[in-house]
Amino acid sequence: MSVLSVEGLCVRYAGQQNPAVDDLSFSVEAGQTLALVGESGSGKSTTGFAILGLLPAQAQVRARQLAFAGQNLLGLSENALCAVRGGGIGMVFQDALSALNPLMTVGEQIAEAVRLHHPVSRAEARARALALLKRVRIAEAQRRLDEYPHRLSGGMRQRVVIAMALAGEPRMLIADEPTTALDVTIQAQILRLLADLQAEAGLALLLITHDLGVVAEMADRVLVMRHGRCLEQRDVLDLFNAPQHPYTRQLLAACPPVGSPV
Amino acid sequence: MNLPWRSIPLWLGALCLLAIGVAALAAPVLVGSDPLAMVARPYLWPGQNAAHWLGTDMLGRDLWSGLVYGARVSLRIGLEAGVCTALLGLAIGCLAGYFGGWVDNLLMRVTELFQIMPSLIFTLVLVIILGPRVDTLVLGIAATAWPNVARLARGEAQRLAGMEFVQAARVIGMSEARILWVHILPNALMPVLAMLAMLVGHAILTEAALAFLGLSDPNVVSWGSMIGAGRDVLRTAWYMTALPGLAIFFTVAALGLLGGALNDWLNPRRGGLQ
Amino acid sequence: MRALKAALWRLAQAVPVALMVVVLNFFLLKAVPGDMADVIAGEAGAATPEFMAQLRSQFGDDQPLPAQFIAYVKKVATFDLGWSFRYNASVASLIFDRLAATLLLMGLALLLAVLLGSALGVVAATTRQGWLRRLIGLFATLGFALPAFWLGLMIVVLFTLKLGWLPSSGLDTMGSDAHGWAYLRDVTVHLVMPVGCLAFSYLAMYIRLMHEAVRDVSQLDFVRTARAKGSSRRRQVWRHVVPNALVPVVTLTGVQFGALLSGSVTLETVFAWPGLGQLALAAVSSRDINLLLGLLFVTSLFVVVVNLLTEAVHGWLDPRIEHGARR
Repeated sequence: MSVLSVEGLCVRYAGQQNPAVDDLSFSVEAGQTLALVGESGSGKSTTGFAILGLLPAQAQVRARQLAFAGQNLLGLSENALCAVRGGGIGMVFQDALSALNPLMTVGEQIAEAVRLHHPVSRAEARARALALLKRVRIAEAQRRLDEYPHRLSGGMRQRVVIAMALAGEPRMLIADEPTTALDVTIQAQILRLLADLQAEAGLALLLITHDLGVVAEMADRVLVMRHGRCLEQRDVLDLFNAPQHPYTRQLLAACPPVGSPV
Repeated sequence: MNLPWRSIPLWLGALCLLAIGVAALAAPVLVGSDPLAMVARPYLWPGQNAAHWLGTDMLGRDLWSGLVYGARVSLRIGLEAGVCTALLGLAIGCLAGYFGGWVDNLLMRVTELFQIMPSLIFTLVLVIILGPRVDTLVLGIAATAWPNVARLARGEAQRLAGMEFVQAARVIGMSEARILWVHILPNALMPVLAMLAMLVGHAILTEAALAFLGLSDPNVVSWGSMIGAGRDVLRTAWYMTALPGLAIFFTVAALGLLGGALNDWLNPRRGGLQ
Repeated sequence: MRALKAALWRLAQAVPVALMVVVLNFFLLKAVPGDMADVIAGEAGAATPEFMAQLRSQFGDDQPLPAQFIAYVKKVATFDLGWSFRYNASVASLIFDRLAATLLLMGLALLLAVLLGSALGVVAATTRQGWLRRLIGLFATLGFALPAFWLGLMIVVLFTLKLGWLPSSGLDTMGSDAHGWAYLRDVTVHLVMPVGCLAFSYLAMYIRLMHEAVRDVSQLDFVRTARAKGSSRRRQVWRHVVPNALVPVVTLTGVQFGALLSGSVTLETVFAWPGLGQLALAAVSSRDINLLLGLLFVTSLFVVVVNLLTEAVHGWLDPRIEHGARR
């Protein structure tokens, strides 16, 4: 059974003519990575937010099926959704600085995520936060626990965001442009970290990106989006070897050949 | 950007103000020429006498005439002081924001200074030094109320100064003064205009407070001075205090509604939290 | 050590502002038509030109302006703010005798207004009930429009004159020799109306500030992060949005403190509160410019001090403020 299975997902913003996401279908298996690819405004981030019900109230979300581990997410109460958010599906954001609360220490924010999904004491949550920081390979994890986000480097902040996403021990991660805001060398480190974590826990990964280099490195399957629609959905090798849609060919042509040094 | 024609607060505020404004302008037609004339028995309560439906004060002057004539003074001071405040703040803010550097530094220190001085006491000092007249009241109020406007205008001017059309104007050799006049001022004007209703309301309230403390032009009657006069007979005839206060309240509330609606229109925001 | 350094740094930054207050005060003093000699001559009834000249040299009014300024600064530095002829007492002592009463009134009113106003602002910004949001918004608009002193007079009519529940003037019952709990109770009863009225007049501002701050902060990414990790709505609001929204509210309390003081001044005269406002009223009615300028000076310095305090609170609330040095 797929971890996440989406069929006929439509998102429409009130007062807008064209749907932001139009009849999208895909599924993600445990241990597998599906990449949603497209330029900005293609609806790929909207798709990611729609799965967890994170879109503003003006957005109308409909789907024939939107199931996580066999559970229909669309019919869920807000309380049940809260359990899925972070507990079933973790989310990694693009801009780690703005994604972290500036007034709370890194440790507090991770511990909060732990305690939202596990009934543990404060001390235990803090210990788990420390373990999580070590798991995302932050140097001097003990000291970082009591730092505020603005004191950390961009790469470290992104690791904190990933640690927070893992705090509820989810079965799946949605990573929304996780490396776009980072330096090239840091990008590679973060991608490797994500891949390792995925392998360790057998996580399903929905990777949202505009970067075909990232896709080539990480993805098993690729879904190419434009104007909210799916243009093609293939195994990553097939796509790179024989793109079918002219738009995919354009995208590939605009990107350095696979395997060349970035 | 369309005016929110269906906004109830906007209409309510505008209509109230229109009614008050028309009453003030038409005062001689509406209530005769002299609000200070003694026309009936003193201490008539509202509703006691049909000819003087809001009653009379301790000197037998018709309160309704007093209110209508008071509107002329209060509105005039409010409008003039509000506009002066806006202009002063706009000028200082635009200069500081556009030129930046030491000009900005100096002007912002002065702004800070004026913001620190407790506004009402500062106004009291100015009006006492200059002598209480309508024009000195306007000046005294405007001289202490402008810092908030200046901060707003400065932010706008800073933003505009960095924009391409301003850069372009500089490249083609437009003088600084002309850029300020043509590009910065008109664009910084909009947010300040949205504030204007609030500024007028603030000025009316300040005038009332000054009059209540005994600083008003002795030659005219304003709502504030009516409250001040009524206070002495609060125990026996509280309506003399209540009525002018209500007039201030309705006027400023109308300004507040109008200002709020204009502000929402000019600085729209989306609702966020789910 | 770092905290001490930060405190000193802030203090150093306040010095130029304080100096500018002194300069402005000096020029206002010089702008007053007539000088001290005229005032004394007026009090005395009549004076010969020789006597006037003697007075002027005694007050230093015959010196050149810079010398007068230096003399003025020297006096101010020792908190010699001149003589009030209305009270026949030194201005400084008059003011400091009444400062505590004003502080008590304002402190309590601010506390009430901040707590209640912030809570209402949060509710207005987060409620899904449109009517509730509009009701609070309307309340804030009306609160802005009610002149505080008029509201004070009206509740005196209701609670003192009609119902006879509360005393309407002073800080305690005159001539009463109550002490201990009885005195405290007496003062509390006297505080109810002035504090309630002043708090109400501040309330509108805090509702509006908090409403806007919460609306702004709600749009920030970290709130979405909190949601994505499974926080309930209530938790998002109180744990993540509200602490961040309080930062600008605290800062603006400092910036607007001079304006807040104005409300206190008029209201004190309504309730015959023995504070600075009453002093201001007396100074206005007797045109005692010395006293009024002294008031302006002391209250301005007071605002500077409050600004320093709110900045310290700001630094404590927001770890991004690196203890003063940068900014």
